Amino acid sequence: MSKPKVAFFDFACCEGCQLQVANLGEMVLDLIDIVDIVEFREVMSEKWDGEFDVSFIEGSITDEHAVERVKKIREKSKILVALGSCATIGGVNGMKNSFNLEEAGRYVYGEAYKFFPTIHTKAVHQVVRVDYFINGCPIYQPEFLTVLKCILKGLPYYVPEYPVCVECKLNENVCMYDRGLTCMGPVTKAGCNSWCINNGNICYGCRGLTINPNSQGFKDVLKKFGIPEDFLMKKIEMYNKCKELDES
Amino acid sequence: MSRNVNINVNYLTRVEGHGNIVVKIKDGKLDECKLEIVESPRFFEAFLRGRSIFEAPHITCRICGICSCGHTLASIQAAEDALGIKPTEQTTLLRKLLLHYEELDSHILHIYLLVAPDLLGVPSFVPLVKSHLNVVKRALKMKRLCNELCDILVGRHVHPISAVIGGFSKLPSTQDLEQMHGKLVELEKDMEDTVELFASLRFPEFERDTEYVGLINDEKEYPLLYGDIGSTDGYRVSKYDYKVVVNEFVVPHASAKRTKWHRESYAVGALARFNLNYEKLHPKAKEAATALNIKPKCINPYLNTVAQIVESVHCIEDAKSIIENIWQKGINYDEIVIPDINQKGAFPLRAGEGVGAVEVPRGLLIHHYECDERGIITGANCVIPTNQNTHNIELDMVDLIPKIMDKSEEEITLALEMLVRAYDPCISCSVHMIDLRID
Ligand code: SF4
Ligand code: SF4
Ligand code: SF4
Repeated sequence: MSKPKVAFFDFACCEGCQLQVANLGEMVLDLIDIVDIVEFREVMSEKWDGEFDVSFIEGSITDEHAVERVKKIREKSKILVALGSCATIGGVNGMKNSFNLEEAGRYVYGEAYKFFPTIHTKAVHQVVRVDYFINGCPIYQPEFLTVLKCILKGLPYYVPEYPVCVECKLNENVCMYDRGLTCMGPVTKAGCNSWCINNGNICYGCRGLTINPNSQGFKDVLKKFGIPEDFLMKKIEMYNKCKELDES
Repeated sequence: MSRNVNINVNYLTRVEGHGNIVVKIKDGKLDECKLEIVESPRFFEAFLRGRSIFEAPHITCRICGICSCGHTLASIQAAEDALGIKPTEQTTLLRKLLLHYEELDSHILHIYLLVAPDLLGVPSFVPLVKSHLNVVKRALKMKRLCNELCDILVGRHVHPISAVIGGFSKLPSTQDLEQMHGKLVELEKDMEDTVELFASLRFPEFERDTEYVGLINDEKEYPLLYGDIGSTDGYRVSKYDYKVVVNEFVVPHASAKRTKWHRESYAVGALARFNLNYEKLHPKAKEAATALNIKPKCINPYLNTVAQIVESVHCIEDAKSIIENIWQKGINYDEIVIPDINQKGAFPLRAGEGVGAVEVPRGLLIHHYECDERGIITGANCVIPTNQNTHNIELDMVDLIPKIMDKSEEEITLALEMLVRAYDPCISCSVHMIDLRID
């Protein structure tokens, strides 16, 4: 049996999630043993014209050209995976959506902003069908490997719906709320093994919300911790602004 | 000989981000030559406005996955400058250590995975698995060691977790120091083999003099974390005057913003630093330079990769001494900070303006912020190394093409691709300022 043909494509993003894959170190050799990586532009010159068994999409969709490109990739791919938060939830690129696009363009590029046609940032599933989601900014390598195994075995992967707090408690961290800080852990999807809290920082919510920020449940969480609503909304926007597009 | 050649390299591979090379040769003369940036802009400077300055490092490091520690450090420096926060000696040492890890990680990726395939005549590292398994294994191992160093110090390499405004949210234990030191010793050996390998490989020969720009200061050590901005033409200005240096201009026949200082263009990066601060390199790095047959002032842009190898030797050695130094002093764990967005008021706020100027793997990086009295960002500007190099790369191509015009189209294309790759351009960063040219 021939090895599955796997490709990596990047859209608007920092390419840090591809790098997390390249950063697997010697494990990369095991990886190319079981799959045939046919395109990975960041580190390979090879290109492939045929169909892809698995395509990883990194980055958000932020212009019309990208919309067309991702649709073409979808047509040619048996399985399409959104890799990293830019792809799964829009991530930091979504913050742009709070601004008037023309004004934002002018601010960065001056009058030349016209050469940078842009649209509201979208997550990949807001443009084409996505089969697997790997959250994180950046992705957490152990989870990437788990999802990859599921894909190769044809099994579904269920993104954890419980919050980062569950992992954080298991890691026996002192809770940030007990230190008077505001952590996004209670409303953020787990799967990173409470990465940031283990390293002394708060959770910024990079893996996406477990609950709808407009829901009563969410408001109860805020009340419980005595946090003003607008204060947390700003924090939520850092990664989750594109969620609005799902709801509209 | 009259000859027509059209070269269109779409989606240049093995560089960060998306770039196209367009070259038109008409009747044996160079008619058009440009490096296009086609990445979708992400508008970081625009959406920073209205956010707490304490969030700036977390957000701006996501401009680029490869230099994310560099962005973090430039961002912290700019924010602390605006707020009037002075880092402690321990913090400064640990930041220098982090920056060494960053240079190493990025240089090794570039040297092995991005440049070596060209020199060994293959399209990527994949065919090397068959032909040069030892080289591939060494590269991947070195890459892993760099990652592990960052994991220990700041939680991860892509988007460091514990390097924050005010210091670190986690400080290394003595065991961590020991482990990091051990990994650096391992890297040291692999680096010796790296020098040997690259000393045996041939780089293209091409020379074009230009102004090399980077940080300089009056201290004994090789400047990476702070300094004034200097050039090989003998100029020196404070980082606050960076706008004088980057001096943006628009190419008349196009809408592209480029930079120049005293000449038509200038270059930043490992080769610029090597040319400016060779004397301050670690003795072992100087030995490596001799072995690799490079000395200042070197004006062959292809040798930027060689300068990266020399710098890697320096970073390993200096990182070791920093760790030994910290070890002797002992770590003060009372310095741990978690700024979040300063809701506890741990840092006094003030309206202000700050500039961060840091040498990241690809060259001089500037972050510049303004904030109001609540610490809310009112203005932001980032100047990325690749933006500063684009015009210089294009002028190199204009100079190079007539010299290789009689070669086959494939050879010309490869020579140009290799030239662009030598600068290690980080195009996902550079879209912040560079404008796409529309014909
Ligand atoms: S999700 Fe984060 S790390 Fe991954 S590509 Fe996007 S910005 Fe980079
Ligand atoms: S520190 Fe954050 S993630 Fe951990 S338990 Fe507290 S709120 Fe949850
Ligand atoms: S702790 Fe929070 S911010 Fe950090 S990686 Fe996990 S989900 Fe992302």
